[in-house]
Amino acid sequence: MTFTVRTYGGDEKPQMGFFTDTSLCIGCKACEVACKQWNEIPQSMQGFTGKSYDNTVDLGANSWRHVAFVEQRKELAPDGGLVEQAVLEQLASATGLQTYQEGDGMRWLMASDVCKHCTHAACLDVCPTGALFRTEFDTVVVQEDICNGCGYCVSACPFGVLDQREDDGRVWKCTLCYDRLKDDQQPACSQACPTNSIQFGELGDLRERAEQRLEQLSDAGAEKAQLYLADDDDGVGGAHAFFLLLDEPEVYGLPPDPIDATRDVRMTWGAAAVAAAGLGAVLAAAVFGGRR
Amino acid sequence: MSSATGTAAPAGSSYYGQPVLKQPVWTPEIPAYFFAGGLAGASAGLAYLSGEGALARRAWATALAGAAISPPLLISDLGVPSRFLHMLRMVKVTSPMSVGTWILSAFSLATAGAAAHALTGRAPRTAAVCRPAAALLGLPLSTYTGALIAQTAVPVWHEARRHLPIVFAAGAAVSAGAAATVLTPPEHAAAARRLTAIGAVAEMASMLVMEQRLGKLGEPYSAGTAGRLKRAASALVGGGALLVAGAGRRSRAAAVAGGATVLAGAAAARFSIFRAGFQSASDPAYTVAPQRARIAAGEARGASRRSPR
Repeated sequence: MTFTVRTYGGDEKPQMGFFTDTSLCIGCKACEVACKQWNEIPQSMQGFTGKSYDNTVDLGANSWRHVAFVEQRKELAPDGGLVEQAVLEQLASATGLQTYQEGDGMRWLMASDVCKHCTHAACLDVCPTGALFRTEFDTVVVQEDICNGCGYCVSACPFGVLDQREDDGRVWKCTLCYDRLKDDQQPACSQACPTNSIQFGELGDLRERAEQRLEQLSDAGAEKAQLYLADDDDGVGGAHAFFLLLDEPEVYGLPPDPIDATRDVRMTWGAAAVAAAGLGAVLAAAVFGGRR
Repeated sequence: MSSATGTAAPAGSSYYGQPVLKQPVWTPEIPAYFFAGGLAGASAGLAYLSGEGALARRAWATALAGAAISPPLLISDLGVPSRFLHMLRMVKVTSPMSVGTWILSAFSLATAGAAAHALTGRAPRTAAVCRPAAALLGLPLSTYTGALIAQTAVPVWHEARRHLPIVFAAGAAVSAGAAATVLTPPEHAAAARRLTAIGAVAEMASMLVMEQRLGKLGEPYSAGTAGRLKRAASALVGGGALLVAGAGRRSRAAAVAGGATVLAGAAAARFSIFRAGFQSASDPAYTVAPQRARIAAGEARGASRRSPR
């Protein structure tokens, strides 16, 4: 399946995106490094956070890829975890999913997060300057020569992706390597990913591939495996960067039902209009109310 | 307990307690503008409807002052203030900030024309156009700011999208009434006192309704700094309005003291709502819980999908 961007006329391109299959992530952070290097992003926090191997913490102006590490010890079942161990071995042999859980009850989830490049992108809709725009690849990019740092997109993003760079005042985020796409190259992160956890391609192809992988993992016993942002009918109209997760989204710090804040724009403007009319009535009542 | 995928995600689980959302990057200039813009907008309406005379002149002066201070407040909040003109590159109805920029620009021009005539008597024909224009533009100027913060992912703002414009309209009304009460001799300020009283009741009632509708999600409005500001705002607006209504007609001193108290309260209310947004965005539970509730209630299907089997 190929989706194309309709507004670019002769320059139209297929919709491109990322499928991040977190079941293949080994937490190497090559994506973070490659992204920083290619996009010349200033250094971010280098200290120890106490949050497993995560010393990036979140996405932001200076972190456009972020590898999350969920490290949790869980109670073993009354049988000493024998049944679970059997299922895990089945998962490992059938799908190559080995990093997910060790036999001693330690649970490992790793996931490389990124800007979702939403189909209905609130950041883009609220941007008053037009600095944020939709590219011919249907991705969402900030033009750094236009952005005046008003900060509206920062609060509009349901994923907390965008942020202001402190020394510079402008807002920065993943461009899905727009410059590389224009030269028919793949983004730096997906090229650097050694396990193919980050897959770049045409959105339709990626969705088919994700569907197959979900089925494979579910069949092998990963019963909480789920595709996140892979459909057109969720609150952001689907995303160009979507994920295969092994637990609920909030475990990875992702919202379970993100919505485009501008979806209710008519109602919000309606409320503002009603309130404005009410204010007019109150003013009139105050001025003319005593003259009868 | 599930087998292969570890423990079920406990209710309210999160990634090391990290917020899902970013904190707003807006500075205190923004709530200061909410106050100044509302004060200016409603003052223009009050001035226009009052016609000529002592009250109208002072209300036009207030509107002019509010219109004059608003752009500097907004520009100094920008990450790159020198690029403030980029705001006028386009008109975008999905962005209340874009629409609001145009409303404020037009309002400021109209108010300048109207106030110039009210204060100097010059340019009556320009004023004839400017006066109704300023009064009309002042209404949306007072309420679009509610729409602006409602159009974000911040739970206490977005979920209050029906209510925030009304709260802001009430705040504008009480501010304009109080400012005119302070500035105008009591014998000419009857309308200002009435506006203060109606506005105070409307502000407190609309805040109450908003918090009731939000339920548990509205907690940030009552917690921490936002809560302290809100309680101060209620006390100041309520007490000041009582003083204005009770003694403002006879005593200029009471009118000035009462009006100033109300103004302080109205400003505190804007800062309270602003702070509540930060507090709401900083806790992942406020982001995740209502989304889970939507899914559980069948109002949304959520962004995840498991294998159909």
